[in-house]
Order: sequence, then C-alpha cells, then structure tokens
Amino acid sequence: MSPRAGASERVVTLPKSYDEINEKIRTGEVVVVTAEEMVGVVGELGPERAAKKVDVVTTGTFGPMCSSGAFLNIGHSTPRMKITNAWLNDVPACAGLAAVDLYIGATEPAAGDPLNREHPGEFSYGGAHVIEDLIAGKDIHLRADAYGTDCYPRRELDTWINLRDLNEAYMLNPRNAYQNYNVAVNQFADRDIYTYMGVVKRDLGSANYCSAGQLSPLLNDPYYRTVGIGTRIFLGGAQGYVYWQGTQHDPTTPRNERGVPTGGAGTLGTVGDLKEMDPRYIVGVSFYGYGVSLAVGLGTAIPVLDAEMARFTGVSDADITAPVIDYSRNYAHNEGEPLAHVSYAALKTGSIELEGKTVPTTPLSSYVRAREIAQTLKGWVQVGEFLLTEPVQPLPSADSGEGFKALNYRPVGEEECE
Amino acid sequence: MAESRVVLHFPKSLLDQPVTSMAIERFNLRFNILRADITADQEGLMVLGLVGEPEKIEGAIAWMREQGVRVQPLEQDVVRDDERCTDCGACIVVCPTAALAMDTDSREVSFNAEECVACGICVPVCPPRAMSITF
Repeated sequence: MSPRAGASERVVTLPKSYDEINEKIRTGEVVVVTAEEMVGVVGELGPERAAKKVDVVTTGTFGPMCSSGAFLNIGHSTPRMKITNAWLNDVPACAGLAAVDLYIGATEPAAGDPLNREHPGEFSYGGAHVIEDLIAGKDIHLRADAYGTDCYPRRELDTWINLRDLNEAYMLNPRNAYQNYNVAVNQFADRDIYTYMGVVKRDLGSANYCSAGQLSPLLNDPYYRTVGIGTRIFLGGAQGYVYWQGTQHDPTTPRNERGVPTGGAGTLGTVGDLKEMDPRYIVGVSFYGYGVSLAVGLGTAIPVLDAEMARFTGVSDADITAPVIDYSRNYAHNEGEPLAHVSYAALKTGSIELEGKTVPTTPLSSYVRAREIAQTLKGWVQVGEFLLTEPVQPLPSADSGEGFKALNYRPVGEEECE
Repeated sequence: MAESRVVLHFPKSLLDQPVTSMAIERFNLRFNILRADITADQEGLMVLGLVGEPEKIEGAIAWMREQGVRVQPLEQDVVRDDERCTDCGACIVVCPTAALAMDTDSREVSFNAEECVACGICVPVCPPRAMSITF
C-alpha cells in the first residue's frame, strides 16, 4: 500500500492505491461514475478535486469487433475421435488443435454461403452467430470428420451440442476495444461501397464512424496506465480479463495535447467465460457486401489514482478527433492522406462539413448500449461484485517505440533467400 | 381518386428515357416524388406516389413494366424487431425518407413507420438484422 503523505493538500503521484480503492469497494464507500458523467465532474471540480472525489470511472463500448472468436472443448465421444474438420451449424471451425478442442472464428461464413458472388452479399449467418446462439442456450449442430488413429478411431460425428454440456467454452478475442478509429467516406467510387464500416454512400454521401468516443475504454486511459495484462473487465455481460495487447496494437500513433491518439492506436486481447455471458452484449452481425462480424460489449473500471487519471477520464467527445479516410480507394491501397480530422462531438451532431459539403454521419457502434455497459459496471463496483486489478504487466505504450508494420511483401520466385 | 405508392427500379439502359413522365401523361395521373436516387451509368431508384383513377394507375404500372422498369408496389410493410435492434445507427444513412433517425441526445434510433415507404433498403444493411419486410 502506498503512503498517503501529502495527498490531502496536493495530489502528486498515486495518492490512492488499488488496495485502498478495493477496500472502499468492499465497504461500499466507493464513489463510481461513468466516463460520460466524469466529463461533468472534471469540468466542474478540475482534475485535482475530481481525483479526490471519484474513485472509479467506468467505460463501455459496443461495436463490431471482427477479431473475435471462442474456444470450445466439446468432450470426448465413444469411441474417441481426433477431429480433423468441424462445422458448427455449417460454419467451419478450426480443429487444428488437440482432439476435441475447436476455435470458432467470428467472421467465418457458413459453408456454401454465396459470399459476394452476387454483390453485395448478405452474409446472414457465420461464426459470430454461432457464438451468439451458444450463449443464448440454443442447440448447435456439430458435424465433424477425422482420418482416424489407433487411439482415436472414430471417423465421423453428427450431433447436437449445447453450451451447458461443454467443458471449457471461452471467448478469446485477439483484438477488441480499438482506441479510436477511422471515419469512412466514399470520395471516388461512382457507386455506394460495401465495407466493414457499413454502406458508405457515393459522392461523400455519408461519413461512417465507429467508436464510443468519450465512453470508450482506451480513450479514457490513453497511455494504458491502469489497463494491462490481467486487468478484469466487463466482457459480453461477464467478468473477463485482458490477456495481452491486442493485435495491431499501435501505441506510437500521434497524439493530441491531452495524450489522446488522433487515429486507431491501442487494442486489447480479451478473454471471458461464454457460460457467464449474455446475448444482449454478444450479437452476431452481418455487413452487407462485406461479411460477418461480432458486436462485442466491453467495459473497464478505471481507478482514479491521481489528478492525471481524473484528467484522462474526464475526456469529452470534443477532445477526441478521428481521421476521415476514403474507403473507395485510399484505404484499400494504403494511399493518400486523411481528408480531415473531426471530433466525435461534431460527428454526433448528425453531419460534418467536408470539401464544402454537408455530409450526414452514421455510427456503427451503439452509444446507447455502451452507456448501458458503463452503468452496469458501475453497479457491479458499487455493490462490491467487481474489484479492480493492478496490471500484472503493462501494455506497450507511447514510449515503447512499437508501431504497426505493413506486410513486407517479398514476391515468391524473385527472392534472394536468406 | 386513389394514391398508390410504388418503388421504381430503372435499369441503366432506361436512365436516359423519360419513362415516368410518359407514363404520367399517357394515363393522365398526378404524382408525388417521395424519393429519387438516379445517377448516370447506374441503376436508378424512385419512390413515387401515383394519384389518379385506380385502373389508370394499374395501367401505368403495367406500361412501365413493359418498358423494362421493375415496379415494386408498396403494399408491404417494414417492421423492426426492437429486441434485436442495438441502436447502432448503421441504417440511418441508407434510409431514403429519414424514417430511421437517431436522436442526437439519447442516441437511440427511432423508427417512424409513418415516414417509411417500405423500400426495404434497410433490411440487408441492418447489421443485427432487426428489420424485415412483411407482406
């Protein structure tokens, strides 16, 4: 426990420890607000007094997070089988693991889906929907084959499975909670385009954005001071954990004077028990002409250790800007520069000005459900059901020098082998 | 006098021809354009309220079909499954009549069935598939 000397007058560093805040949670004295409410608290009191008043700030986000999936151990059949190929409701699962371990990826389309053969495809069912159906308690049709071994002789399996009967079933998301993101526009195509950012209308006809902004987990802790490996989080209605930085974690993205990245930056790798989750916060989604994705509800409870954390968690939509990127050409070909940087406050008015044009905005991330997650988590902390965790290991931050690398393309047939 | 609402889908080949105005003249109808979304070299879409004698309206629809226009009568309804809707907002920008709109304070997506012309564009665009057409 850190000493509190001097904390009463001037907040220097770590005036509150995790242990002190957890003790307040246990005794019910803890003061918790959501990140949306914290904007007003810090605006009124300033960061120093806000840090003394508030112990925990809860965040939330609910948006499509493609890099998601679930590990399932289905239990052994008689006779035993080492599964080679598996399908869950006709969606291929990865079986390249031990005998009856499967990984179902969220974006995997159902076998036989027409995909984009008739563009735009509808992508009505995929891995994300399997995960949602499992959580909802529905029976899932498992089909599997195997080449057979002396110890695992079974070659075929056709059965119903249900989440309650599985051994382990946990969500494992290699990249969730993107810290800020692009705003997608269509500047060059002579038609609407169909992307993972939704339908982007031609002639700068829409600006599609996807972040909870001031409620978003990593935008409230821009340098990952309180979120790292081992951090307990809200994941899909359950208590989950951060297991690693997410893939494409890019902490060296340029930042504004508040430390807020001005584009996509940090990400989280997250894990949680499917059996504890709620289908309200894990929803299979279909992006017209693009594919399947999983809308994931995720939230963090940030300890307000000092004035700096109060200032960080007091961030408002006006303080966060996102780059406006053309998705008809520039995004696909890694070309060009952002058309502009716009704030989430501007995006949320319903339109922005671009190139002398009023462009309607459309979000893909549900702010209503993000707010609900932050409120739910606030309730959990208030009643002592959710304790804070000091990271076991911090995530690489702005000073790590770690960036996001493009593929080093080395055409096969022209190589000088190492 | 009756009003029928129709969605007209024009193939590229018809875009430079005044099919709609010819139909209106030929069958002595009045019309309200509820929405037009037509660009050179692309398929066009028009949501039209046709006003006139019912048999004349039917005649105009049959004639436009002969010319190659796909005519979709608005005898259908679009409904929303409120439990399935997550209030994400992906539908707002494709809705031609702003029947789907976001409240700037509550951030909830409202669906005003009165404004809906049942064009159905939102149905495949809705990520959790909360919208459906009923006949």
